[in-house]
Amino acid sequence: MKDHYQIAIIGAGPAGMAAATIAAKHGASVLLLDEQPHAGGQIYRAVKRQSIKDRDVLGADYYVGRGLVTELDDSAVKHITGATVWQVSPEREIGISKDGVAWLVTADQVILATGAQERPFPIPGWTLPGVMNAGAAQVLLKSSGVASPDAVFVGTGPLLYLVAYQYMRAGIPIRAILDTTPKSNMLRALPHLPAALTNLGALLKGQRWIKQLHAKSMPFIKDVEDVRLIGEDAISKVEYRRAGQWQHIETTQVFLHQGVVPNVNLAMAAGCEHTWNDIQLCWRAETNAWGETNMPGIAIAGDGITIAGARAAEFRGRITGYGALVRCGLMNAAERDRQAQPFQSALNGELRMRPFLDAMFRPPRQFRIPEDDATIVCRCEEVTAGKIRESVTLGCLGPNQLKSFSRCGMGPCQGRFCGLTSLEIIAETRGVPVEAIEAMRLRAPVKPLMLSELASLSAEPELTD
Amino acid sequence: MHRIEREDAPEFTFEFEGEPLTAREGDTVAAALLANNHRSLRTTAVTGEPRGPFCMMGVCFECLVEIDGVANRQACMTEAQSGMKVRRQLGANDLGKGPSFDDDEGASS
Repeated sequence: MKDHYQIAIIGAGPAGMAAATIAAKHGASVLLLDEQPHAGGQIYRAVKRQSIKDRDVLGADYYVGRGLVTELDDSAVKHITGATVWQVSPEREIGISKDGVAWLVTADQVILATGAQERPFPIPGWTLPGVMNAGAAQVLLKSSGVASPDAVFVGTGPLLYLVAYQYMRAGIPIRAILDTTPKSNMLRALPHLPAALTNLGALLKGQRWIKQLHAKSMPFIKDVEDVRLIGEDAISKVEYRRAGQWQHIETTQVFLHQGVVPNVNLAMAAGCEHTWNDIQLCWRAETNAWGETNMPGIAIAGDGITIAGARAAEFRGRITGYGALVRCGLMNAAERDRQAQPFQSALNGELRMRPFLDAMFRPPRQFRIPEDDATIVCRCEEVTAGKIRESVTLGCLGPNQLKSFSRCGMGPCQGRFCGLTSLEIIAETRGVPVEAIEAMRLRAPVKPLMLSELASLSAEPELTD
Repeated sequence: MHRIEREDAPEFTFEFEGEPLTAREGDTVAAALLANNHRSLRTTAVTGEPRGPFCMMGVCFECLVEIDGVANRQACMTEAQSGMKVRRQLGANDLGKGPSFDDDEGASS
């Protein structure tokens, strides 16, 4: 097993696959590491297996991913599946763990293509069994053809409507859609509409999903102002407020969604600089046109920088791959510019629609900053919004001190599902902008590791293709 | 949850809390359990609240179960295998007893 590569890429979604194949095509030795059993990332998950007979259910956009996976399969890229990357050090030493065995490799260039995760949706009862993310509903559909015939979809954003639309196409009954998009978002989004119209096809597609969902004989309830999830051992009821009136729906399954945010843990732990992105309400990695960060030899591609979607991720992957080839001495800058140009144009086209989508589906304050003190913010350590506010009144200045006050962010998910919420609660309670607060310090190992895995570091694993 | 029509995938049996359940090739442990209507897979270490799969992509660590005697495995990141023995995790692990839960502690629900 080789322990050094010219280019190592973490994440086999559209950005990682695109970067890996470009790099390998031009002669670099490329290692691609991914946690999933198959390439594709979340967006093109299980795309080559086809778990559902009827291709109309998941739609043509999904099957675009087959081309990328085929290109990867036909390349010289060393692709290791089921591999958890728990460290990328500033010296580009990569800590990997697979099947209970850990080992280290080094690379001249590292590209982080860790993509996105769903934004936390901290409302009362969101920890109950039977409450899941809409992305989880889609994962179940794509990889196992498993669905709930009793689901209430709650939230805002393209993915919510897409998954509900896919349910509809598969003939799965939907109990209701509770849309939390505030009316006022339309006004904020309007100025960005002309730019978005340059990507008319995508806009019309989204509109078609929503229109067909409306036409279906199920409640599509707009302007939902507040939501509470009720249950003892599992979810049994959704309560929601609309026009000041509380109503409820009995159900055994809720899917939540209010947008996706970059997966920043690995990049932040590697020392990559991030700034607060007030438009997308999450962290943004500081990168140049070639995805390079402040850390020498470490670049980021795809939704791990800012949320721009699957096609943009693919184009950013190509561009970042070309950048890494130049730094490896395998391509000159002029050739890079020439070859990357079409991908840059395509990327610019994709990015023109984002300001409209960001404004239209910006999650409102009450679903990001829980009003009810009893609402759990940190799911792992069971820290409530009230405990965080109390900590601030006792002098807690930010997420790092909050760990000592409450253990918030110290569980196995390492702040992935509480970091943004606790940050906004602290900022609001202190009366300062989020930018004024020091980010949660993230450190390796960024995923939990067993002591036996660490102990195995000295041994060389025997991996076969 | 239930299965919708899909390409024929071979079925096999695995165990959850000693009960034989059917899974299909390509299922993760979490998908197979949800397909069998098991939504609650553990109770939390702090307050003993029930929890089940939430993100299905390895981020939230809510679906931790014991698989073949090894605790804290992510059910959504582990492919189900024939004969696999899966158990719930109840409350905090007792460090004095090693990684597995005793039968008398782990079987209720």
